[in-house]
Amino acid sequence: MQHRSLSTTLIAAVATFGFALSAHGQINVGVTLSATGPAASLGIPEKNTFELLPTTIGGQKVNWIVLDDGSDTTKAVTNTKKLISEDKVDVVVGSTITPNSLAMIDVVADAETPMISMAASARIVDPANPKTKWVFKTPQSDSLMADAIAVSMKANGVKTMGYIGFADGYGDGWLAEMRRSAQTAGIKIVGEEKYNRTDTSVTGQVLKLVAANPDAILIAAAGTPGATPQKELAARGYKGKIYQTHGVANPDFLRVVGKDGNGTILPIGPMLVFEQLPDSNPLKKSSADYIGKYEAKFGKDSRSTFGGHAWDSYLLLSAAIPEALKKAKPGTKEFRVALRDALENTKELVATHGVYTMSPTEHNGLDNRARTMIKIENGKWVLAK
Amino acid sequence: MDLPIFALLTQDGVTNGAVYALLALALVLVFTVTRVIFVPSGELVAYGTLTLAGLQLGKPPATIGLLVGMAVLAGVMEIVACIGKREMRQIPRQLAFWTGVPLALAGIAAWLATPELPFWAQILVTLALVTPLGPLLYRVAYQPLAEASVLVLLIVSVAVHFALTGLGLWFFGAEGSRTPPFAAASFDLSGVNVSLQSLLVVLTSLALIVAFYFFFGRTLYGKALRATALNRVGARLVGIAPNLAGSLTFGLAALLCAFAGVLIGPFTTVYYDSGFLVSLKGFVGAIIGGLVSYPLAAAGALLVGLLEAFASYWASAFKEVIVFTLIIPVLLWRSLTTHHHEEEE
Repeated sequence: MQHRSLSTTLIAAVATFGFALSAHGQINVGVTLSATGPAASLGIPEKNTFELLPTTIGGQKVNWIVLDDGSDTTKAVTNTKKLISEDKVDVVVGSTITPNSLAMIDVVADAETPMISMAASARIVDPANPKTKWVFKTPQSDSLMADAIAVSMKANGVKTMGYIGFADGYGDGWLAEMRRSAQTAGIKIVGEEKYNRTDTSVTGQVLKLVAANPDAILIAAAGTPGATPQKELAARGYKGKIYQTHGVANPDFLRVVGKDGNGTILPIGPMLVFEQLPDSNPLKKSSADYIGKYEAKFGKDSRSTFGGHAWDSYLLLSAAIPEALKKAKPGTKEFRVALRDALENTKELVATHGVYTMSPTEHNGLDNRARTMIKIENGKWVLAK
Repeated sequence: MDLPIFALLTQDGVTNGAVYALLALALVLVFTVTRVIFVPSGELVAYGTLTLAGLQLGKPPATIGLLVGMAVLAGVMEIVACIGKREMRQIPRQLAFWTGVPLALAGIAAWLATPELPFWAQILVTLALVTPLGPLLYRVAYQPLAEASVLVLLIVSVAVHFALTGLGLWFFGAEGSRTPPFAAASFDLSGVNVSLQSLLVVLTSLALIVAFYFFFGRTLYGKALRATALNRVGARLVGIAPNLAGSLTFGLAALLCAFAGVLIGPFTTVYYDSGFLVSLKGFVGAIIGGLVSYPLAAAGALLVGLLEAFASYWASAFKEVIVFTLIIPVLLWRSLTTHHHEEEE
């Protein structure tokens, strides 16, 4: 018992000191992300990215407080409350996934603290209302990407398409957006199937899709689970085009899907293939800067687009913080309001995924420059023309 | 639905059912002998696949680190236990068993893990790495509480499950892996395409089930386990060490789980946390067998596999709902037809 109470005291002491240090005259950025749990493959590169960030912005010391929410909505809310009430953060960054980000909106709006989400759904910032006034997000919305897919399908002469996606918020969001985009492009959806990340087999769903014989099939999944239906489609001899979403753009997906991935088309933030972009593209330089730093620390070809979302939130902050510092001192309500206003006034900020221009009604701020179609060829991402 | 689709779905269902059957057997085995609901069985399945996938890359799999850590922990616990009982002379023997053997296995595996290792040897190394985790888990987590109530043991199981999931993320990373198929070929059976891979999975499961039947029917250790399952106190009176029975059971269960992991690897991408759902489906199968009957559990697992395959064809959005709803009528039927025995605590 003696040992236990001693170690408890030590932990408490360290925590108290850490807290005392963190609360003193500097900018506190609270981060909650999903480094464990089902979204870990998205959250880990984000967490890695926060390790690369500088500790000063605009001459002011910045303290990054990174917490893990385990892909759990309740935990994300608890983290946010803790960051706001205990660490007195000036801005919250997170979370990795849509359900967590949606749940955090009420908390940050009540505390009048700006928040930058790293999750995809457009619902996080739309529509503009007194609550979402405090919320910004860096990743491309699924609607932007769904339009890109519909345009590409139309150009490839696709008349009918099938859909298979996650039986969760990610899949549902994509299905809704794809229905809209496909209708606009005059493409008929002839099959809609769902599956789970941990399913041991998708044979049933794939058989049904193949029986409907669409010209193209869209797989809406995040990370390596996207390979499961694709490999099954190959095994069943499906000959049409296969589209994936930007959720699968990491090296592990290429490793798992192997040669069955050849010819797959997907929309993506241009950073992933920055080497292949023309020099005139403004994103080339900023992406090279980020990916250079990331791969120097975490290994060659370790890049993932999810880390880019984290880096982009840092770029947004590094532009907005100096503006806010002119108006107020960090740690005050006035500073948080000034920071929010500065974020909303972001104009033509060149980041890794795209160029951000915010406005009171537009808190994502990306346009067509934030997407490009790529193809998988022999285990590599290749810019599609 | 035409015949080829029906046949393919049946084949898919039977293949998955065969894997769930292994899990169901492991769950029934562990429950009857030790009264533990073996929730962490799924993690051992995932470890099986991920270990094999690691070996495929020609690297020493991360499982070695886990094995070494558990072996050292078990060794320390044994030393403390021996000192507590003032049986110093027992220490070397217990250390050799709990730490020496796993360390030797880990060493051999690390030495063998080269890209040149043939596929069958990779499978053997995988089994040799995952199986000892069973007895080690029993020693570290369950043995100190072996006399506790079923509920306490279940809570321990849930804790072990979370610990192993976390360790899985730590050791294997967040991304999943697949292993290559044992056999890529397929053949036509009166117009129906049958893949050799599925056939191999079903045959392996069958062979394991038959092997277990003989183990329990014919060998002394098997009979000792059956005796412990029937009556723990009585078995102890005739000289069967409950701790030996416990670790032996966990070893066998871990072997079954590792086999299940090796078998599902070629069909699906396995993640550090994939095992839970697989074991849950095995559990539904085991419940159909009332957690006591091996043949009924295997049949139940097969039913789960088939139901899953057809549900994913007809209503993929409700697949899991359909599979897990199966447990309600089964529980109703069981509680109406069987007489409940209060367990003496």
